[in-house]
Amino acid sequence: MVRLVLPNPSLENRITTLDELETIEKEEEASRPKWDNKAQYMLTCIGFCVGLGNVWRFPYLCQNHGGGAFMIPFLILLVLEGIPLLFLEFAIGQRLRKGSVGVWTSIHPALKGVGIASMFVSFMVGFYYNTIIAWVMWYFFNSFQDPLPWSTCPLNQNKTGYVEECARSSSVDYFWYRETLNISTSINDSGYIQWWILLCLTCAWSVLYVCTIRGIETTGKAVYITSTLPYIVLTIFLIRGLTLKGATKGIEFLFTPNVTVGLRNVVEYVKSWTQVLFSDSKVIYSETNNNCEMDAVIVSVINGFTSVYAATVVYSIIGFRATEKYDDCFSQNILTLTNGFDLPEGNITQDNFEYMKALYNATDPAAFAQLTFRTCDMNSFLKEGGQGTGLVFIVFTEAITKMPLSPLWSVLFFIMLFCLGLSSMFGNMEGVVVPLLDLKIIPEKWPKDLLTGLICLGTYLLAFIFTLNSGQYWLSLLDGYAGSIPLLVVAFCEMFAVVYIYGVDRFNKDIEFMVGHKPNIFWQITWRVISPIIMLVIFLFYFVTEVSKELKYSVWDPAYDKFPIAEEKPYPGWVYVVVVFVVGVPCLIIPLFALYKFIRNCYQRKHDQQGLVNAYSVPSVNGELKN
Amino acid sequence: MLVALFPTLSLVTVIHAQLCQPDAENAFKVRLSLKTALGDKAYAWNRNEEYLFKAMVAFSLRTFSNKETIEISNVLLCNITKRVSFWFVVTDPSKNQTLPASEVQEAIRMNRNRINNAFFLNDQTLEFLEIPTTLGPPTEPSTPIWIIIFGVVFSLVVVGIVLLIMSGIHKQRRKSKALTETGDVEDKYETVVTIENGIPCDTLDSKEGRINRAFAADGEKLTSL
Repeated sequence: MVRLVLPNPSLENRITTLDELETIEKEEEASRPKWDNKAQYMLTCIGFCVGLGNVWRFPYLCQNHGGGAFMIPFLILLVLEGIPLLFLEFAIGQRLRKGSVGVWTSIHPALKGVGIASMFVSFMVGFYYNTIIAWVMWYFFNSFQDPLPWSTCPLNQNKTGYVEECARSSSVDYFWYRETLNISTSINDSGYIQWWILLCLTCAWSVLYVCTIRGIETTGKAVYITSTLPYIVLTIFLIRGLTLKGATKGIEFLFTPNVTVGLRNVVEYVKSWTQVLFSDSKVIYSETNNNCEMDAVIVSVINGFTSVYAATVVYSIIGFRATEKYDDCFSQNILTLTNGFDLPEGNITQDNFEYMKALYNATDPAAFAQLTFRTCDMNSFLKEGGQGTGLVFIVFTEAITKMPLSPLWSVLFFIMLFCLGLSSMFGNMEGVVVPLLDLKIIPEKWPKDLLTGLICLGTYLLAFIFTLNSGQYWLSLLDGYAGSIPLLVVAFCEMFAVVYIYGVDRFNKDIEFMVGHKPNIFWQITWRVISPIIMLVIFLFYFVTEVSKELKYSVWDPAYDKFPIAEEKPYPGWVYVVVVFVVGVPCLIIPLFALYKFIRNCYQRKHDQQGLVNAYSVPSVNGELKN
Repeated sequence: MLVALFPTLSLVTVIHAQLCQPDAENAFKVRLSLKTALGDKAYAWNRNEEYLFKAMVAFSLRTFSNKETIEISNVLLCNITKRVSFWFVVTDPSKNQTLPASEVQEAIRMNRNRINNAFFLNDQTLEFLEIPTTLGPPTEPSTPIWIIIFGVVFSLVVVGIVLLIMSGIHKQRRKSKALTETGDVEDKYETVVTIENGIPCDTLDSKEGRINRAFAADGEKLTSL
C-alpha cells in the first residue's frame, strides 16, 4: 500500500504527545466546557447531522432517481464515504483537542485556510437557514385555528367569488406565495420588508440565542428536546399516515426500483449524493478515551436511518394526498357526466365510469361533446411531491387540511421541522463561534454570552434581505450554492490533510491510543483511496456541469400565461458575481492561505530566523512547585 | 259548462307548458343532490316535495316584491328528471307572462337560506344554476390568532434570555467577589476558574506532584548503570 506522507517537519512542536494527553486531560477537566453525559454528546452529534434535508430533500431525490434503486447506492456511499469522513473528523478532533481552526493549524500552519473556509461555510449556511425556521414558525403560529388559513381561498372584494390568483392556483399555493412571502416576480424586484416575516425572524433568532447563549452548556440541555422530538413526531405521523387511504400507494411509489430513471441523468444522480451525504463538518470532541469509532458509526447509521424513515412517512402522506386529489378529480368527472345527462345520483361509480362514458358517447354524441372531462392521473399527483419548501409548505400542508383534526397535525408537523432546523443551527453557530475564538479575533475577556449575542444580532440584521418580496429567490440561490460545493472541497481537504499531511501512520497510532485498537483495513482503504476519489469524482461532475450552464430560477408570476406553473427565468448578470463569491471564497481561501504562509516562510528562512515556540514557564525550586 | 271548461283548462295547461321549457325566457334550472347531502336519510323526490318547492318560491316572491297575489299555482315546474333536476318559471298573476328573471333571482337570493333549510340542503346540493351564491366571508377574529401565539412565544423567549444573562452576570460577580476577598493579586483574572500559567490552581493542590515541563525527562540524560 502506498504510504505517501508529505514532509511535515515541525508537526511535533505543534501537537501534544500521546503521553501528555492523559495528564492534560485531567488538568483541563475543570475549565473545558463539556457535556453532562454521553447521551448529550450523542444527541448533539445527531442533531448536527440530521436536519431539514433528511425530510425534504432525501425523499424527493430518492423517488426521483429511481426509488428503491437509489437506496442501494445511497447506502453504499454512506458506508464508503459518510462514515469514514465522520470517524476521521471525530478522531482528529479528539486527538488534538482543539476546535476547527486549531486542529488544522496544528497539522500544518498553512492549513489554517481549511478552518477559515469551514467557518465561512457555517456562517453562510446559518445565515439563510434560520430564515427557513422563521417561515416554519409563521406556519406554526397560524396552525392554532380551525379551519386552517390555507384551507380556503379568501373572497374577492365584491364577495362573488375567490381571489383570482387563488382560484387559478390553489389555496395552499396562495397562502405560501402571497400571504406568507408576498413574492415579487423577479429577484431584481426587491420590494419592501414584510413585517410579519420580520417578526417571525426575530423570534427565530431569539430562540437560537437563548439555546446557544453559553455554548454547549445551554445547547446540551436543548438537544434533549430538539433531537428526540422529531423522531416522536415522525412515528406519530407514520401511524396516522398508514391509517389513511392511499398511504401504501405512496410508499410503493417511493420504493419501487426503477433503474433506468435513476441513471438517465447520471449527473444529477451524482450531484444528489452531495446533498444527502455532507452535513456541515464541525469538529467537536469529547474526552480522550471516548470510543469515537463507535460514535461515528452510530451517528452515520442514525442519519441514514432517519432519511429512510422520514422518506417513508413523507411518501405515505403524499400517497394519501394524491389519492384524495385523484378521488376528487374522478368525482368531478362523474358529476360532469351525471349532470350532463341528468342521471340519478349514484348510478355512475369509479368502476363503471368508462363504460358509461362510452355508452353515452354512443347514444348522444352531440351532448357528450359539450362536456369537458379532466384527466386524472394518479402518477402525476404522486409526482407532485416536490422537494424543499414546495414539499413542506405546499404539498404537506394541503395533505394536512384533508386529515381530520388538521390543526393538531399541523402543529405537530411544524414543531418537528422547527426542532430539526434548530438542532442543525446549533451546529452552524458552533461552527462560527469556536473558530472565532481560536483565531483570537475576539478579546478573551469577552464573555461567551456577548460573543454569541453579537453573532446572532449581526446575522439577524443581514438576514433582513430574506424578508423582502424577493427573499425566497435569494434563499434558493444560497441554498443551492453555499452548502454544496464548498462543503465538498472542505471535506476533501480535511481528509487529505489528515491522511497525507498529518500522516496516516501517526493517526492510526493515535486511534489505537484513544480507542484501544488500530483501525482495521476497511478504514485504511477508505481514508487513503476510496473516499478521496469519490469526492474528486463528485466535484468534477459538479464543476463541469455548473460552470458551463446558464443559471435559471423559478418565478411565481400570476401574469405568466402558463400560471400556476412557475416560470423559468435566467438569473440577471450580477447574480453570477454572488454565486462566485459564495462558492469561490471558501474554496480559494484554502490554497491562497497556504500560498501566503509558504511565501512568508520562505521570506523568514531567508533571514535565518525560526518561529518562536510557545513554552510554558513554570516556577519551581528543586523540582518542587511553589504555590 | 263542463264541456266549455275542458278546452279552457287544456288551453291554460298548454300555455303554461309553453311558458315552462328548458332554456325558456326567465326560466331557471334547479338541481338537487339528495344522496350526496343526506346519504341514507335521503328522502324521495315526489309531488309533495315539488309542492313544497313551489310554496317556497312563491313565499320568496311574496316577501321580496310584496306581491300578495302570487299563488303556488303561479310557479310552474317542468322537465323533472331522476337526477333530480327540473326547470321552473314564475308567472305573473295579472298577465299571462313570466316574471322577469332578475326579480325572481333577487327574491331567491334573499331567502336562499330558508329555502335550503326547508329541504335540509345547502348551496352546493340545492343548485340554482343561474343564480350565483353569496359566499359568506370567513369569520375573522379582531386580532389574528397568529399574533397572539407569537406574543406568547416571544415573551417567553425574552424572559429566558434575560434570566440567563442575569444569572451569568451574577455568577461572574460572585466569583470576582470571592477573589477579592482572598486578596490573591496574581489570580485576578476574569475567567471563572483561577489559572496560573495555564494550570488551574485547584489542581495544583494535589499531593501527587506535577510534571515540570521546564525540565527534560530525567531518564534521558542519565545513562543506566
